Amino acid sequence: MADGGSFTMHPLEQFELHPVGGALGRSVNFTQANLFMVVGGLLILALLVYGTRTRATVPGRFQSLAELLYEFTHSLTIDQIGPEGKKFFPFVFTLFVFVLMGNLLGLIPFTFTYTSHIAITGALALMVIIMATVVGIVYHGFGWFSYFAPEGAPALLMPLIVMIEIISYLSRPVSLSMRLFANMMAGHMILVVFASFAVILGSLGAVGLLGAIIPFAVNIPLVGFELLVALLQAYVFAILTCIYLHDAVHLH
Amino acid sequence: MDHLDAAKLGAGLAMIGVAGAGVGIGTIFAAMVSSVSRNPASEAQIRPIGLLGFALAEGTAIFALAIALMILFL
Repeated sequence: MADGGSFTMHPLEQFELHPVGGALGRSVNFTQANLFMVVGGLLILALLVYGTRTRATVPGRFQSLAELLYEFTHSLTIDQIGPEGKKFFPFVFTLFVFVLMGNLLGLIPFTFTYTSHIAITGALALMVIIMATVVGIVYHGFGWFSYFAPEGAPALLMPLIVMIEIISYLSRPVSLSMRLFANMMAGHMILVVFASFAVILGSLGAVGLLGAIIPFAVNIPLVGFELLVALLQAYVFAILTCIYLHDAVHLH
Repeated sequence: MDHLDAAKLGAGLAMIGVAGAGVGIGTIFAAMVSSVSRNPASEAQIRPIGLLGFALAEGTAIFALAIALMILFL
């Protein structure tokens, strides 16, 4: 790419989808996103199955990790939703682990971050919001619609409040999907921008090579920061899912 | 300045909204730090609330970013 200083930045190039797997992959449009979703799913399955195969009283490394994931999500679900949360635990656990694996896999060089695509986070968020709505209607019947008209509000303000509540309810899937997608995309873009600075400066000769140390040094803590963001965003996605389910089960 | 340059300028202007989210996130973590330092035992209860507040405050920045990306690429 860096042929004689004509290097240009392509921070969005890493998000382009290309079919993988030869002619078969091209014919069914099996892209890197699909590939890494399969890889992520298999890794999760491998961790949970391999980790818990011995069921040791004193857990080894993998069993500790599997138990840590399980107990963390379990306490999160029960704390947020209450005792009814037990029913939704498999759903929340699957979502959390899938998003976490996507975020973490993307941090390995030359991999693809499937959570950096709005199509994927959007599908997850829609699933969450449809699930929450269906659960609310199953639990409360038509009484669920009283969710949009909070008790104790002045009758005069009611039309306005109902409108605001409906808009805020409908903006939930948008903000839920955009948050994850934008965080992952922006983080990976920043990494590429700083790496490009290093390459551009490095192509300017000896002085530039010395200067290239600075953006390269910035990039190293940025990777650590991205690791934090990856964990935090998966946690936030799971906790918001729990809160939406809590609203569906308890109506405020 | 043609149409595309103006769009880039607009995308840059749209990102001013991130400043508000920065203030909000700073306020949330400042409050979290001060409340944990007053009562360190309450950290376990305060942390999820703080992180939730962080996620919601960040949402406004995300909307600004969405507008900027829409201006640039749609």
